[in-house]
Amino acid sequence: MNPIQEDALLDCTGLLCPMPIVKTKKAMNDLQAGQILKMIATDAGSPPDIAAWSRQTGNELLHSAEENGKFIFYLKKSAA
Amino acid sequence: MTTKRLALIASKGTLDWAYPPFILASAAAAMSWEVSIFFTFYGLTLLKPKLSASVSPLGNPAMPMKLPFGSEGLQNINWNVPNMLSANLPGFETLATSLMKQTFKNKGVATVEELRQSCLDLGARLIGCQMTMDVFGFQKEDFIPEVEIGGAATFLEFAASADIQLFI
Repeated sequence: MNPIQEDALLDCTGLLCPMPIVKTKKAMNDLQAGQILKMIATDAGSPPDIAAWSRQTGNELLHSAEENGKFIFYLKKSAA
Repeated sequence: MTTKRLALIASKGTLDWAYPPFILASAAAAMSWEVSIFFTFYGLTLLKPKLSASVSPLGNPAMPMKLPFGSEGLQNINWNVPNMLSANLPGFETLATSLMKQTFKNKGVATVEELRQSCLDLGARLIGCQMTMDVFGFQKEDFIPEVEIGGAATFLEFAASADIQLFI
């Protein structure tokens, strides 16, 4: 069951720091305020990094989960 | 939310030292921060269109020498190469550089070129130091076109209002 419906999907599997947040930022630039990006990463540093990125940019981290060694993040584009 | 600012000085041009400024700058730019990197001394070489940053274990005793291929056990071995050998073996630096590049690639680390491009894509400013350009004989045309030129005052003015300033 997937409670959140994303508007865009970004797969950062296999990428290490800082590329997951660099690609997340670029993907977010293509979205409208309120839209949701689903990002998948395997970098073990990505959970704290995405949380920091969310705090620094104001884009809300709606949900994060770990499934089969992959980290999944749902990020909502802020109005600003 | 007020925009944070990061001011970096990149003073080294070897492959290992090329990474920290571009990683921090691209990460900061990805967080919508304003970023300037001031390239001086050997850091200037990181502004060339074609990067040739290399790395040497010689005089760099903490640098791990690892193989990017073979079994996991083999890849985890740290080959302790005596300075005697690395100083006198022709092509050793080229070998060490290609081993490090391959290891980074295998692990999923972006290349220095990719990180530099990410910095530019996200609006980071790259500033070449005029004085050291004169000293080492670099012209603005020797660098990628996005590069701006400035002196110490240019950096200091930006750094004075930056939240973080680092010399790398």
